[in-house]
Amino acid sequence: MNYKYFPHTVAEQEEMLKVCGKRSLDELFDEIPEGIQFKREYDLPSEMSEVELRRFFAELGAKNKTLTCFAGAGCYDHYSPAVISHIISRSEFLTSYTPYQAEISQGTLQYIFEFQSMMTELTGMEVGNASMYDGATATAEAMMMAVSSAKKKNKVLVSSTLNPNVKAVVETYAKYQGIDLEYIAECDGVTDKTDFEAKLAAGDVAGVIVASPNYYGILEDYTGWANACHAQKALFVMNCQASALGVIKSPGEWDADIAAGDGQSLGIPMSFGGPYVGFLCTRKSLIRKMPGRVVGATKDINGKRSFVLTLQAREQHIRREKATSNICSNQSLMALYVTIYLSLMGAKGLKEVNELGYSGAHYLADKLCATGCFELAYPEKSFLNEFVVKTSLDIDKLQAECESQGILAGVKIADDKLMLCVTEMRSKAEIDRLVDIVKQFKA
Amino acid sequence: MNSTFYGKLIFELGKEGRVGYSLPKNEFSEHNIDSLPSSLRRSEKMALPEVDELTVVRHYTNMSNNNFGVDTGFYPLGSCTMKYNPKVNEEISNLSAFTTLHPLQGVSTVQGALEVYYNLQKSLSEIAGLSEFTLNPFAGAHGELTGLMVIRAYHNSRGDYKRVNVIVPDSAHGTNPASAAVCGLKVVQVKSLSDGTIDVEDLKAHLDDTVAAIMMTNPNTLGIFERSIPEIANLVHECGGLLYYDGANLNALLGKCRPGDMGFDVMHINLHKTFSTPHGGGGPGSGPVGVRAGLEKFLPNPHVKKSDDGKFYIDNDKDALGSVSAFIGNFSVMLKAYSYILSLGKENLKYVGPFATLNANYIKDSLKDVYELPIDVVCKHEFVFDGLKDKSKGVTTMNVAKRLLDYGFHAPTIYFPLLFHESLMIEPCENESKATLDDFIAVMRKIAHEAAEDPEMVKAAPHNTPVRRPDDTLAATHPIVTYRELMTDTEA
Repeated sequence: MNYKYFPHTVAEQEEMLKVCGKRSLDELFDEIPEGIQFKREYDLPSEMSEVELRRFFAELGAKNKTLTCFAGAGCYDHYSPAVISHIISRSEFLTSYTPYQAEISQGTLQYIFEFQSMMTELTGMEVGNASMYDGATATAEAMMMAVSSAKKKNKVLVSSTLNPNVKAVVETYAKYQGIDLEYIAECDGVTDKTDFEAKLAAGDVAGVIVASPNYYGILEDYTGWANACHAQKALFVMNCQASALGVIKSPGEWDADIAAGDGQSLGIPMSFGGPYVGFLCTRKSLIRKMPGRVVGATKDINGKRSFVLTLQAREQHIRREKATSNICSNQSLMALYVTIYLSLMGAKGLKEVNELGYSGAHYLADKLCATGCFELAYPEKSFLNEFVVKTSLDIDKLQAECESQGILAGVKIADDKLMLCVTEMRSKAEIDRLVDIVKQFKA
Repeated sequence: MNSTFYGKLIFELGKEGRVGYSLPKNEFSEHNIDSLPSSLRRSEKMALPEVDELTVVRHYTNMSNNNFGVDTGFYPLGSCTMKYNPKVNEEISNLSAFTTLHPLQGVSTVQGALEVYYNLQKSLSEIAGLSEFTLNPFAGAHGELTGLMVIRAYHNSRGDYKRVNVIVPDSAHGTNPASAAVCGLKVVQVKSLSDGTIDVEDLKAHLDDTVAAIMMTNPNTLGIFERSIPEIANLVHECGGLLYYDGANLNALLGKCRPGDMGFDVMHINLHKTFSTPHGGGGPGSGPVGVRAGLEKFLPNPHVKKSDDGKFYIDNDKDALGSVSAFIGNFSVMLKAYSYILSLGKENLKYVGPFATLNANYIKDSLKDVYELPIDVVCKHEFVFDGLKDKSKGVTTMNVAKRLLDYGFHAPTIYFPLLFHESLMIEPCENESKATLDDFIAVMRKIAHEAAEDPEMVKAAPHNTPVRRPDDTLAATHPIVTYRELMTDTEA
């Protein structure tokens, strides 16, 4: 038995077994009833050397195709500064556990404090947690928080313009929690205010969830919505795309009670769906209703500023079945990703990122419409870097053609609707190439 | 350690006008963001730091020096399986052929990624003795919630709506009852015997047609194998309930016993424990959920499947419990776990449980003369002391834990499980050498000696750490959770 992750020599095994009063490794498992002992070998491949392993994954990787990305829909291809991947590879961060022992975890605790600080700045809220799994589960947690904050109200209204993948998760959590979920109708790509007001007026609503930007990339106008919610003692919850908050009106400015969403757009690689990072920020008055870990500032015995996990009385390991969330971890390393990203970019860099996306997306929209086979699906509405076009072309075939030429031409959201996204990663040459392929396809 | 930087927050290192990024020039400046209506634009300023690149690099590098990881030293944190996180797995998960994939790109362009998902799912099924896994859940607790949803979906599909109770041992981790509650189920506690295993007689009293499931770990929270598991499985199945296996302690059984063979129907695995993916200071993890044959269709959407021609595809099942993730979960964590399984192969995976168990018993038997061992039996991958044997000097488990930090070890898990007042839960993983264990044992004995000779010194520990005993009460009664609050607060 010689393997690089097992340091035990035969002699050492014998010495150790002797201390334990056992003669063999098998004897350590004697108490397992015979009938359920696993006696055969796993039906799995034989061990691979590092050389073979690298080759194996290189070959698997070659079965994928990296495409020039014009897709968004909840996952965005943004610039990720080289600094980030180097810092997060530091094993002191990478190989540590949840920072239970504050004295030897100040690194983790401090960056989480910085993360909370940055996310509250970005969302315009007062407090935030140490991060959540992803934007969809963060939004579901916000829904549960709204219900647990309400007195005996169990209904949550959700805008139909929320990302369908987020809706699916929110619906699932609602179903098992026994929360009554109702959708607010969509009207011309935005949430129908009349329907919102009618449903809210029933007086049985604990919370209202809307999106900014919404699924179609549209920036909706929520003037008066928070007031309407507060008049009915309902919490106003905004699902946000983090990067966009660098330029668009923040949840705090809309007077929202909870801001929840995904931080992937802040420099985290797409990685086929994860890991990303969810965030949840709220008012200070709701801090004890907030799910997830929280880091707070305090002083040590010498009066030195230090950081600790705090408000743990809210959490599952204390409250057990009385807890309103079962979350016991966060996405710490991904929160570090975001923290370093925002440190490097600052408010100015984030604004520039959005300006580039805005300009590129509007340029692409113009060029596509100029081909004569596309029109904006919601021409009256404002968008940032993502938009929907209507077309009479066969979207599946068009996407396949683009794919064969190395381009991911957006996400098909209906038979005649295509949603495209442009970030700072896309050059004019790449956009022009996409438009050229479309022109040739049309011809 | 660079003490100039230590303790400062990134916000305190900025100077107006500094930048830490470089972006391309705007080639489309005819389209200007200023044309967005001002009513939709942000007017409030964000107080983000303005720092140059080197300042950022030094700041976070110095912060990392105030952290302790598995690579730093022995990390015997019970119930957390802090095993070595192989470097090659990190390298593989960073391959651009995977990191650049958009989750919604066409399946024909992601066949390699789907193959990773599918084959990892298959490997876990073999290791667990179950039929199929979903890899969508993001963490252990998320897996628990998903698994309980599977169980509810199953009962509901049979029109059996009265099964609302979940039986949980009193020794269980708090996450078990919390997950049950979030899933809309009621928790019924079952007692433990004095040896820490489930009281089967007490269990029988709770078994009726309201039982949805029982949640167990095996080995249990004390590191003891539940020998009655075949009987428990029969009893629970006879009353129509299912058995849920919390995979937190699976590491002990690799090579020796499979949850499916014990009679479990649904389980989650923590890839960040048993399958070596790094904990990252609290995440990202991954909590795959496996089920026995017949329950596959209830697993959350989307499902990754393989067609007869060998191609992989993504599918949604109408009977599925719903969705628990926007996409297919923490994919890059899956890559690391798959790489781990392939590295070890069938020849080495089977030694993981035995070596972890040998290490735990070796520490236990080497220290039980000075630390109180309430249940003196063969343990599996971990065990629990009830503090020092000699408690006359008032030295607590907390003091022992803090003193360990002075000696360069991470502390064990403390004050859990709740069955003892001074729980000190130790889990040494299979990668730890006898030399490391001997060092740890020597230090634990030294601390026991110090506790007798100089108890006040031990009570004042830690002495050598960057900060010393931060005030938890102040933090909780007067919460300051952002830099903005810190700046405006006068008490902090």
